[in-house]
Amino acid sequence: MLSKKEKKLIKDIWERLTPVAEDIGSEALLRMFTSYPGTKTYFSHLDISPGSAHLNSHGKKIVLAIAGGAKDISQLTVTLAPLQTLHAYQLRIDPTNFKLLSHCMLVTLACYLGEEFTPVAHAAMDKYLSAFAAVLSEKYR
Amino acid sequence: MVKWTDFERATIQNIFSKINYDVVGPAALSRCLIVYPWTQRYFGGFGNLYNAAAITSNPKVAAHGKVVLAGLEKAVKNMDDIKTTYKELSVLHSEKLQVDPDNFNLLADCLTIVLAGQMGAAFTPEVHAAFQKFLAVVVASLRKQYL
Repeated sequence: MLSKKEKKLIKDIWERLTPVAEDIGSEALLRMFTSYPGTKTYFSHLDISPGSAHLNSHGKKIVLAIAGGAKDISQLTVTLAPLQTLHAYQLRIDPTNFKLLSHCMLVTLACYLGEEFTPVAHAAMDKYLSAFAAVLSEKYR
Repeated sequence: MVKWTDFERATIQNIFSKINYDVVGPAALSRCLIVYPWTQRYFGGFGNLYNAAAITSNPKVAAHGKVVLAGLEKAVKNMDDIKTTYKELSVLHSEKLQVDPDNFNLLADCLTIVLAGQMGAAFTPEVHAAFQKFLAVVVASLRKQYL
């Protein structure tokens, strides 16, 4: 459950990070591929080496979707409807992987924001990313 | 037996030689209690854990955070046989403290994020992966004596 304060905090953080969506996104993905090599199996059709165009564009896409959802968290199911369908019927990524990417996203945010990534911000962000992942997997079955 | 590459070994030794145990331990434990409030179930005798500010300034939390980091140092000093090093700790957590071992992962994640916040860009994906591998071995060793 996200409080009003937490929703505002999350919205503000992602608004600030939208201009560097590519940096944040590609770093989170790279961390995930490095720490959890099994996740690379979903990207065998792309070049996901550090600094590659695919890594950058894909990372950017993911962060922009997360930032987009943060603008109005109460509307998450509506905002994510197309992505729900994509993940359920086409991508079919096992949802355990959402946890792995979320964790790497939190690590990336910690590196980027330093002390500003307080325990309170961390808790709010973890809750948001969990909610995001849950909505994303709603159409799976 | 866990195999450590030279990079992984050096990375873990390097990280632990540089961190301030008195800061990192308390920071990781308090973050865990804040981000995953259900973990507070194990700390009923710690007094005021009512909100983030209370947890962060709670002296018992801080003291215990240091105990946890001291325990981790044992693993750093015995990287080639963490399983044996942690046999008693595992029994302690299982039989006396009765901690659900899934909680070890929560604390490990919080410790990772505390370090990331401190090290910034120096916490590269490779350093991050080495650290997570180390914590995974620690967690597995702590789980070992649960029956």
